[in-house]
Amino acid sequence: MTFEYEATVADRGVDLAFDIAPGETVALLGPNGAGKSTVLAVTAGLLRPDVGRVTLDGRPLTVRGHRERDLHVPPHDRQVSLLAQEPLLFPHLSVLDNVAFGPRSRGDSRSGSRAAADQWLREVGIEELADRRPAQLSGGQAQRAAVARALAADPKLLLLDEPMAALDVAVTPALRQTLRRVLAERTVVLVTHDALDALLLADRVIVIDGGEIVDQGDSSEVLARPRSRFTAQIAGLNMIPGTWRDHAVLTAAGMRVEGHPGDPQPHEGDPVVAVFPPSAVSVFLDAPGGSPRNALEVTITHLEPHGGQIRVRTAELSAEITAQAAAELDLAPGSRAFFVIKATEIAVYGT
Amino acid sequence: MTGQPVRVGVPTWIFFPAVAGAAFVLLPLVAIVLRTPWSRFFDLLGSQASQEALLLSLRTSGTSTLLCIAFGVPMALVLARTSFRGQGILRSLVLLPLVLPPVVGGIALLYTFGRRGLLGETFEVLGIQVAFSTTAVVLAQTFVAMPFLVVSLEGALRTAGQKYEVVAATLGAGPTTVFRRVTLPLVLPGLASGAVLAFARSLGEFGATITFAGSLQGVTRTLPLEIYLLRETDAQAAVALSLVLVVVAVLVIGFARQGKASL
Repeated sequence: MTFEYEATVADRGVDLAFDIAPGETVALLGPNGAGKSTVLAVTAGLLRPDVGRVTLDGRPLTVRGHRERDLHVPPHDRQVSLLAQEPLLFPHLSVLDNVAFGPRSRGDSRSGSRAAADQWLREVGIEELADRRPAQLSGGQAQRAAVARALAADPKLLLLDEPMAALDVAVTPALRQTLRRVLAERTVVLVTHDALDALLLADRVIVIDGGEIVDQGDSSEVLARPRSRFTAQIAGLNMIPGTWRDHAVLTAAGMRVEGHPGDPQPHEGDPVVAVFPPSAVSVFLDAPGGSPRNALEVTITHLEPHGGQIRVRTAELSAEITAQAAAELDLAPGSRAFFVIKATEIAVYGT
Repeated sequence: MTGQPVRVGVPTWIFFPAVAGAAFVLLPLVAIVLRTPWSRFFDLLGSQASQEALLLSLRTSGTSTLLCIAFGVPMALVLARTSFRGQGILRSLVLLPLVLPPVVGGIALLYTFGRRGLLGETFEVLGIQVAFSTTAVVLAQTFVAMPFLVVSLEGALRTAGQKYEVVAATLGAGPTTVFRRVTLPLVLPGLASGAVLAFARSLGEFGATITFAGSLQGVTRTLPLEIYLLRETDAQAAVALSLVLVVVAVLVIGFARQGKASL
């Protein structure tokens, strides 16, 4: 399955083109009004572009203003499911019947579609809530049910529109893990604001700003070394790759970084990445002695103001400190320093 | 300790006209209850003419409510979910019976379905005579009651929005499935209160019915027509029958409110 998208929506000023390979998850990253939702609406068949061509698996879904005849496949006939910020579970149906809705609409028998729904509820870990009404679910549970419902429809392409934006931060890590598992082999477009979502869920990132693509590439590359202003703002995450040895990340250079492994726990020798935001880094001139924290010796390459703070950059990492601290440390490009990060601030994920 | 919100923007003097208005609406109802000849109540309701009128009213109002649902639901959906040129004008015209004097509606129906009406000859050829038949009663009631159902349901459809319908479509449900499994269940309370209002309006229909259908006992003489006739000959019976309609109206308001509340 290959997804090819190319469309212009003039009154929203959105004009972009991209492809997705079979089984690939692509994150669309961008500020509000950048055109992400327009891409989803055109793909789902809810909006006709002024000019464009969208095909899935060789089948044209939308064609307009091309040499071929104009064509618009209605939303229900595209095999494209959409999961929005809000779960939007049908309030008059039980959780089980919500999930069975897709298979049932496709013409499966009542018992067959319920069995499939049961399977999907188990997959997202809420099989015990099958008989509840959507009003009796928490936000996280409802979104899990919505994920199960979208997957049960057996879409060739799954569209996720900020699936975790409306959730309590306490439940996002667990849902992210679930999504990571169920999205693994699927063709997915994920719209998000969150660099960590893009990093962990997507193979590739496309950054949109002002209706056009400003940056794209491998998730970890784009997010580690952002080339657009927007990516730099939300991303600029520090990522240290290595292998999982003795409950810590061992880098190729022989450095040990201790962190918080996510679920599932990595196994000894697994390739992993340690992720932490620049704001988690404190900067010292001397190595703090006898502390359980990670201290990485670095050479500073440049300093730049960043939203009221000072961003201290090295070749690989960045830290964010107050202007006062930067002045007291008397930092300058070329100076040696220690980046100190608490182990609890570092997330470790298998790659 | 429970807090009590302070009343702002309601001057004290406004209560006087407000209470007077409420009294104006409620006093006549009290009058009917007071004037009802309770000792003869069931005898009066039991007369053959009254029975026939009551049954005819229930039968025709039920039928016209079903017709309102059959045609009003599609109309409401088209008005709420599509847009086309002249839609605003069409909506106003379709809702015209709400403000049109019922007698005028009756005349209009007569010139449409009557013997020399627009469609009358067509019906005549088919051997159907509409005017002055029970069918005419149903048509008159449907004509005046339909807008109530359309207005109520269109509002419910707009409030419900299209979010759920969009989700259903992306899950692979075709338009008919979406309508049946998502749209209708979501607006069911609005549909119920619209249907109850339409039934009430049908039950009370007088002007269009007497103009278009006449007043034949057992055929076209519905309860309101019977009450109007009795008023001259047997005022007590008229009051007793009126009370029946008052009770029905009170029940209807209760139902309609319940529908709105659960919306």
